[in-house]
Amino acid sequence: MKILVGYKRVVDYNVRIQVKPDGSGVVTEGVKLSANPFDDIALEEALRLREKGIATEVVIATIAPADAQPHLRNGLAMGANRALHIVSGGPVQPLAAARAFLKLIEKEQPGLVILGKQAIDDDCNQTGQMLAALWNRPQATFASKLELNGNTASVTREVDAGLETLEVELPAVITTDLRLNEPRFIKLPDIMKAKSKPIETIELTSLGIEQGGEIKSTRFAPPPKRSRGVMVKDVAELVAALKQKGLV
Amino acid sequence: MSKILIIAEHLNGQLNAATARCVTCARAMNPESIDVLVLADAPDAIASAVAKLEGVSKVLTAARAENAHALAAVLAPQIAAAARNGYTHLLLPSTTFGKDVAPRTAALLGVGQVSDIMAADGAHKFKRPIYAGNAIVDVETPVDAIVVGTVRTASWPVVAESGNAAPIESLQLDVELPTHTRFVGLQQASSDRPDLQSAQRVVSGGRGVGSKENFEIIYKLADKMRAGVGASRAAVDAGYVPNDLQVGQTGKIIAPELYMAIGISGAIQHLTGIKDAGTIVAINKDPDAPIFEIADYGLVGDLFKIVPELEAAV
Repeated sequence: MKILVGYKRVVDYNVRIQVKPDGSGVVTEGVKLSANPFDDIALEEALRLREKGIATEVVIATIAPADAQPHLRNGLAMGANRALHIVSGGPVQPLAAARAFLKLIEKEQPGLVILGKQAIDDDCNQTGQMLAALWNRPQATFASKLELNGNTASVTREVDAGLETLEVELPAVITTDLRLNEPRFIKLPDIMKAKSKPIETIELTSLGIEQGGEIKSTRFAPPPKRSRGVMVKDVAELVAALKQKGLV
Repeated sequence: MSKILIIAEHLNGQLNAATARCVTCARAMNPESIDVLVLADAPDAIASAVAKLEGVSKVLTAARAENAHALAAVLAPQIAAAARNGYTHLLLPSTTFGKDVAPRTAALLGVGQVSDIMAADGAHKFKRPIYAGNAIVDVETPVDAIVVGTVRTASWPVVAESGNAAPIESLQLDVELPTHTRFVGLQQASSDRPDLQSAQRVVSGGRGVGSKENFEIIYKLADKMRAGVGASRAAVDAGYVPNDLQVGQTGKIIAPELYMAIGISGAIQHLTGIKDAGTIVAINKDPDAPIFEIADYGLVGDLFKIVPELEAAV
């Protein structure tokens, strides 16, 4: 079975986000870019399925500008067999990303698609669900455990009420939550090996995806700040302050 | 004028309070009408609870055996069909239920989705958080297409109950449903404590609590205060508490009147989950912990000494 993994490049989760003074966006120039943490988990899960002999090939795909090749090399160094680079001028919204991934699915015919549940830049949490809808296949979002049994997958999902288990027929779209696995570290020899692995580039405009449904971002602003309060010296002072506010 | 359709969230026959928060968000758009759709195997009791919410024009029920569990693949085609009945807006709460179902529905309707609506200016301009709440973006949706959005529940209070119950109608949705997705089970932590997402007071523990056994002191303090219990990602990852207690960017976003962060250093991913809390108290042995930057009251010290003292004093 072939597994297709979404592998988005985002501003690294440790970067302190700065909004541009003119409100036109968030500063992404000159800051560290990394794989979306949920996508690293998606790739790790796919690699483990290959190591168990369940999957035969792991293909990573990204939609990003031309300079994203080193990002894909990282995914190849982690262990993916090959990469698909859909070259876009700028960021694409989840619906367009889902439409583009559907084109990849039609070409690649994967038995399973694993995406991160959300990208930590736009925090949309949409692409996997939209892709499953357009593909007319099952979705199992927020997965914390995945077991493949022939033509079905048993997926444990992290939901507000606890842990939900679904059985879905394959092919299906799975989106990852944090506790699905701990991604491996990339080793130096693997970085060398990744240099010879294939990256196929595809122009986004050549995919002929449907247009429409776009949402316009008009202005970016920093969030309202909570100001630092006071330090209390002991429990008595804390309780007195909370009592005065009627909180306890 | 806008005609808004809200999808009710419910579990075990009980309406989730997130639905009443969606109604508040919908009212902020000054719509002509707000209808709420209850998809369930037995929707009547839930529909009666929805009908009492102030501002609801009409409650619609879609009763089908297949709707016994909230499966996105099963609900989305029905919701899309209902939304095509002249609605301009479709809203779901930004809970794991809404996050799962809304995008699938939006794609069926061929439109993008506004996730985590935190403010509305009219019916097509919204504010939403990005980058774990470190930036707020103003977005505009096309006026000629249906708007699909999820409502950031912490930004909107629960709507009051009204004296006049809205009418309830059953809706026949002639939609073929897939059988490729099956519900197996839900492992639900049973607890008598207030629900984390609607509790007025929340006591949270982090890595500093140190173990599953030690977390008992957090539970004890919470019970004394009649508070809900939360946790940082570190505490959940370490196995001290189950996943449904996680507060933060990828867990629950909450807005209690009082939030007590105990042994939590305050990673930005955690802070994004508590920004709307009324008062934040931080207890940590590290005086440089980032949690103190946003806490209204900070207390530096050993939590194993402080928490029992607190429990005795409140």
